[in-house]
Amino acid sequence: MSKIVGVAFSPSDVAGIQSFAAALGVPFDVIQIVGSPVLDAGAGTVFAAQLSDLSPADGIASGVHQAASGYSHIVAVSSMASKDVLARLAGLLDCAMVTDVIAAQSTTVFQRPVVAGTIIQTVEVLAEPVVLTFRPAGFPKQAPAGQSAVAPFSVPASKVTITQAAHKTGGRPDLTQASVVVSGGRPLKDAASFESIIGGLADALGGAAGATRAAVDSGIAANELQVGQTGKIVAPDLYIAAGISGSTQHMAGIKDSKLIVAINKDPDAPIFEVADLGLVADLYEAIPAIRALLGK
Amino acid sequence: MTILVPVKRVVDPYAKVRPLGDGSGIDTTGVKFEINPFDEIAVEEAVRLREKNPAIQIVVVSIGGAECEEQLRKALAMGADKAILIETSHVYDSLGIAKELEAVVASVQPSVVLMGKQATDDDCNQAGQMLAARLDWPQACFASKVELGAEKATVSREADLGVETVEMPLPCVITTDLRLNEPRFVALPGIIKARSKPLERIAPKTTSAPKTRTVKMESPSARSAGRKVASVEELVAELKNRGALST
Repeated sequence: MSKIVGVAFSPSDVAGIQSFAAALGVPFDVIQIVGSPVLDAGAGTVFAAQLSDLSPADGIASGVHQAASGYSHIVAVSSMASKDVLARLAGLLDCAMVTDVIAAQSTTVFQRPVVAGTIIQTVEVLAEPVVLTFRPAGFPKQAPAGQSAVAPFSVPASKVTITQAAHKTGGRPDLTQASVVVSGGRPLKDAASFESIIGGLADALGGAAGATRAAVDSGIAANELQVGQTGKIVAPDLYIAAGISGSTQHMAGIKDSKLIVAINKDPDAPIFEVADLGLVADLYEAIPAIRALLGK
Repeated sequence: MTILVPVKRVVDPYAKVRPLGDGSGIDTTGVKFEINPFDEIAVEEAVRLREKNPAIQIVVVSIGGAECEEQLRKALAMGADKAILIETSHVYDSLGIAKELEAVVASVQPSVVLMGKQATDDDCNQAGQMLAARLDWPQACFASKVELGAEKATVSREADLGVETVEMPLPCVITTDLRLNEPRFVALPGIIKARSKPLERIAPKTTSAPKTRTVKMESPSARSAGRKVASVEELVAELKNRGALST
């Protein structure tokens, strides 16, 4: 008998877990680490630690390990935090892990991208329990449902001390959750241009700013803004790529976006092969013109 | 103090690879193989740590066929002192790799296992954390800066919201992210010179069956190209038509 427990590292993960459980047709509980418990997503019970910030991975993994018996699937929305914790959990449970599931064919057969998304692997899990992370874009959103029971969850002590916490920069939405993402590449020249051009359009559209690996490597954009195989995977309603040629590694991070718009001076840039709408133009002229037309 | 660096042989991350016609795997015909880039960053970091502390010994280990010697030799040329090849044709999942590495840790007794956060072929991002769990060691994943003291490690790591700094006692597991360093270039003479460094071949210690099975490898359904618009005005009008500018 299958039963899922989803580990939510942020309150917004709970809806993602609901979608994943619905796709499998399996009842679920939630272990929510941070924030007020989300009780309207159809979970049986929400075990809530109610921390204000994430604690180190080893403690969370031990806590989930102690609570995991009786569940066939321990799942989480893909993120740096979930990969950190859930892979450790799989080590503790001596069980298989499937990273970055994009589709489920059954409760044991999953699809996931490999080699920077150039190949899709179908993988069968041969023993339960299984630990997995999934990308929510592949699983349709569900309506709010029911009133979950709530119970406490305690996170055991860690051997790791956080001496300086990560602070979210600026007031923009999180890259992986924003409905609009505006990304820039190397042509942005410097951090100030990136912030005014890319950040400015992102703000005008109420979206998040992202960047290519090249832009991050050259110091134009912060590390956590990198979108691609080794950075963040995004799937917004609207993705605007400005001055981005479209490497395989970058495409791996954006191809589940609903609408991709490319703005590039080079009419032969590979990004135009996948963009829904392409504009051959200098981003320094096009982006201010877009903002002028939007009146923002 | 010993740093153990596991390295994986992977298809050239910049080569275009396709699935085999029967979907049983990846077609590697004519494709070069490299050290997994994140593991190469781990080797580089170990060498830099030794530049600060000459008492550090660097052991690299790889699991796979005889051909993995190529990647181990490169790691030796970069500055590792000794290599171990667990020579096997067994198919491992990440958990199996973690169990093999656990056995290596038992014999090498490192203070730190420094390894890539993920391999660019399977993109799993699992083995380091699984190893740390099995050893009951603390872990710091996705490192962008590493400082090693006699009894503790201080690591800046890339979290979802930005960079956080953590401290943990040794022994520990650290996995590397992209911006920890830029690995040095090793010219051919360096690789030839490294042939005199020790490379030990051993048999695998564990033979547990993997808990996952690849059913199929296939190309993703391609995103079809849309169309080019002629002007900013047309672009904005089209975005409005499609309801993409709701905010």
